[in-house]
Amino acid sequence: MSTSTISTGNGRTYLRLQARILMAPAILLLVVCAILPLLPTIYYSLIDYRLLASTSHDFVGATNYARLITDPGFLPAIGNTLLLNGLVLTISVLVGLGMAMLIDRVIVGRGLLRLLVIAPFFVMPPVAALIWKNLLMQPVAGLFAWVSSVFGAGAVDWFSALPLVSISLIVAWQWVPFACLVLLTSLQSFDREQREAAELDGASSWAIFRYLTLPHLARPIAIVVMIETIFLLSLFAEIYVTTGGGRTTNNLAFLIYSQVMLQYDIGVASAAGVVAVIFANILALVMVRLVGRSLEA
Amino acid sequence: MLGGRQFICSAIAMLALAGCSADGDERTILTVATVNNGDMIRLKEFTSDFEKAHPDIRLKWVVLEENVLRQRVTTDVAIRGGQYDIITIGAYEVPVWAGRKWLTGLDDLGPGYRADDLIEPVRDVVSYGGSQYAAPFNGESSITMYRTDLFRKAGVVMPERPSWEFLIDAAVKVHRPAEGVYGLCLRGMAGWGANVPLITAMANSYGARLFDEKWQPQFDTPEWNKAFGTYVGALRNYGPPGASSNSFNENLALFAQGKCAIWVDATVAAPFLSDPQSSTVADQTGFALAPDQGLGRSSSWLWTWALAIPSSSKKVAAAKRFVKWAAGPAYQNLIAQRVGWLAVPPGTRKSLYTNPEYRKAARFADITLQAISESNPRSPTIRPVPYVGIQYAAIPEFQGIGTEVGQQFAAAVAGRVSPENALAEAQAATRRQMTAAGYYE
Amino acid sequence: MQRTRLSSAARRTLTWVLALAIAAPLLWALLASFKSELEAIASPPSFLVFDWTLENYRSVLANGDYLHSLRNSLIIAGGSSLLVMALAVPAAWAMAFAPTRHTRGILLWMLSTKMLPAVGVLIPIFLFYRDWGLLDTQLGVILLLTAGNLPIAVWMLYANFNEVPGEILEAARMDGASIVQEVLRVLAPMALPGLASSFFLIFTLAWNESFWSLNLTTTDAAPLTAFVAAFSNPEGLFWAKLSAASMLSIAPVLVIGWLCQRQLVRGLTFGAVK
Repeated sequence: MSTSTISTGNGRTYLRLQARILMAPAILLLVVCAILPLLPTIYYSLIDYRLLASTSHDFVGATNYARLITDPGFLPAIGNTLLLNGLVLTISVLVGLGMAMLIDRVIVGRGLLRLLVIAPFFVMPPVAALIWKNLLMQPVAGLFAWVSSVFGAGAVDWFSALPLVSISLIVAWQWVPFACLVLLTSLQSFDREQREAAELDGASSWAIFRYLTLPHLARPIAIVVMIETIFLLSLFAEIYVTTGGGRTTNNLAFLIYSQVMLQYDIGVASAAGVVAVIFANILALVMVRLVGRSLEA
Repeated sequence: MLGGRQFICSAIAMLALAGCSADGDERTILTVATVNNGDMIRLKEFTSDFEKAHPDIRLKWVVLEENVLRQRVTTDVAIRGGQYDIITIGAYEVPVWAGRKWLTGLDDLGPGYRADDLIEPVRDVVSYGGSQYAAPFNGESSITMYRTDLFRKAGVVMPERPSWEFLIDAAVKVHRPAEGVYGLCLRGMAGWGANVPLITAMANSYGARLFDEKWQPQFDTPEWNKAFGTYVGALRNYGPPGASSNSFNENLALFAQGKCAIWVDATVAAPFLSDPQSSTVADQTGFALAPDQGLGRSSSWLWTWALAIPSSSKKVAAAKRFVKWAAGPAYQNLIAQRVGWLAVPPGTRKSLYTNPEYRKAARFADITLQAISESNPRSPTIRPVPYVGIQYAAIPEFQGIGTEVGQQFAAAVAGRVSPENALAEAQAATRRQMTAAGYYE
Repeated sequence: MQRTRLSSAARRTLTWVLALAIAAPLLWALLASFKSELEAIASPPSFLVFDWTLENYRSVLANGDYLHSLRNSLIIAGGSSLLVMALAVPAAWAMAFAPTRHTRGILLWMLSTKMLPAVGVLIPIFLFYRDWGLLDTQLGVILLLTAGNLPIAVWMLYANFNEVPGEILEAARMDGASIVQEVLRVLAPMALPGLASSFFLIFTLAWNESFWSLNLTTTDAAPLTAFVAAFSNPEGLFWAKLSAASMLSIAPVLVIGWLCQRQLVRGLTFGAVK
């Protein structure tokens, strides 16, 4: 779709050189700020480095990794990471897509609508978790409990019965604005005439959606999925604030947090970090295979 | 162009605000890191009083919730970041950090500080090797709080020193979930500072202990099984829904709205519950000691938030002057005069509890003093133990152990595992961590 | 005819109801910020009829350093967002209009820099910052926030630029416009909604970022995230005050968001003329 190739040989080389120069600063910053810290992390993962113990930083090889992987909470953490990711992605993309399509059709008050939908994005994540936990989901005095009592139903004990689902709801709520914003922006460049023509021809809404809208949105959806996945892999604040952790809610990032901030074992934490990077790479490869085609023109 | 107007506006705003910094004075700047509880926020409010009395010092404050603060301060002190001159630490940190020589000794705060006025266990718990390493700012134990009106209606009379069986019997009688009143509220949320202190202290009263003399974890003993089984049964049957996510604040909110009949928790809840501004049942709240099984130890605990000076600080002399002022008796009088007796940081000094005006203003004063005075952090359990600490073990590994153990405990309350399995997992997890830390070589 | 009118009215209602449902938790916190602490957690809850009070705002403003934190947030979030855009726009342009076979690889690599959870790299960064005097400085936080948000910006701008037809740009280039002119005069107006929404997204992400901004600052560079964190989870009832502190932290972003909105609207009408 983006036809930017210039036919003349010289023009092409000139463009490519300029392109490299244009990309260089961004790449340089990322290398310095994001890759460089990875090196000491790998080093720490191979030594005995506990902040509170008076240890010398002995080389211990794979001991940290072994301790991490043989911990009974490790595999559940990986599973929870995937579950959390999947749930949040599903909810936020579906709701974001729905809202984007609804808002796209409204003319009056679109600015206010957009602001309402973007509202969750404004709140600090730990504060959002506290508000949901204590003001909304509290089974005794929360707003949800009151609403369900109005309908004659009992309150849902969110964090006891459905801990991972509850956390996923909170996080998905925070990401709906992102999905909606990206998809709405993309919808705005959608060819309305084409859709109106199809409607006049008698095509059903579902057919229009499936064969016209969805392909147009394929790339933005892929982008939303990739970006959210990456962000969700680092999630831990909401887990800590709501449940304090546990087998059913710990994810990989929480394990790292627990090692750094509670056990102060930097060696194992760094090992967990390296494992997280490997895991994320695998996940990204899988995702790219699933949605990657949509990423490019 | 791209929001050009808004860029210009924000740039101007930034420049304008940037010009407002006034950092040109010669005063010593002390960075103080505190917990965000009411007493310490009030301490911050009185900064100008301190600065007027000590014109060569300026204070900068970092105020955070206790878990975040602990992480920040520990990280900074451990790698000697030097960001803080005065830190707030708890009873748990003092022995561990003093042993690592991370803290400056505070034996030389002078007679004005009146170290002899400190309640003995509180002074004991901030000392290490005979020296004092932190200045207690406020202290707490745990007590039983209950609804006198509900007890009267059910015809139950609360003894001064109830047992756990008595409390649970009473809870059965006052438990009315249909009316939104739950018999017994207890901490259930996972956390080494959340549910673990309560359950450990409760286990102490049943004769249990965290470790034996050889540092073997004791979660597989009959005492622990009895204590923990009682706790889980009581909380699941007579506690509020969502108990496995309730910590101090959540239970405080429930009790203050009249939804709990009995609550065993920290003495610092008492001022909140006695104040009509923060409790709908202020007039119907009674206090009793924490449950005691009569085996020799009650289930009350001991904690203090204390001001300390990292040994890496370069402004030790000035820091000591602040510590002396903030943790000394003069500050307590200052608060009493300017704000009121109920605002004085409780739980540290005997003089506060012998003061008739304080005892008149605070109905819970006597019982708080009794609970604190009776605690014994150096001999917290019936059978001997190699650690100090009642509701914790003052070893560096305890945070990590307590985290995992707490998660298992919470899972039992949520009904995901049986109490026996939770204890077995806790036992295994603790052994793993102690082995990795090298305790069994 | 009749059916279309009805269903469009129904659709409009549904849209507003759902939008309000999404914003509801925030609106509920807004209400709570005007209630007393006891009122905020009361059940059954009170919606509009209660004792409205400004006590929470007064208390929060008296106990925290709002202006100081606000200034830090503006500098940190604004500075890092501007820096991100300055780096991302050229990079995204290059990838969208001069793609090579490495383009997709570079895009994925950029995203992969976010794979290591920040908490895992805290100690190395902390040590480095300590040795280089970057602790408790605005610059220190700006650097990390820029690196964190740059991949997002590049991805979003790449997607946006891809929707701009390349022929128009080429036509401008054929007409002799330099790259700078091409970007400013031709690309920017067409990609304006995308540029504005990307900036707003990055800005808000930086504004609410609560890991680096809390761990690398103490007093001088502490932004609004630290201001709000001070009211989080103290011993006692705190939800009304926390809501008030949050609202004070959200207000500036709302203003900037509204301004970005207007740019979006302008971009829209431009697009319609196409």
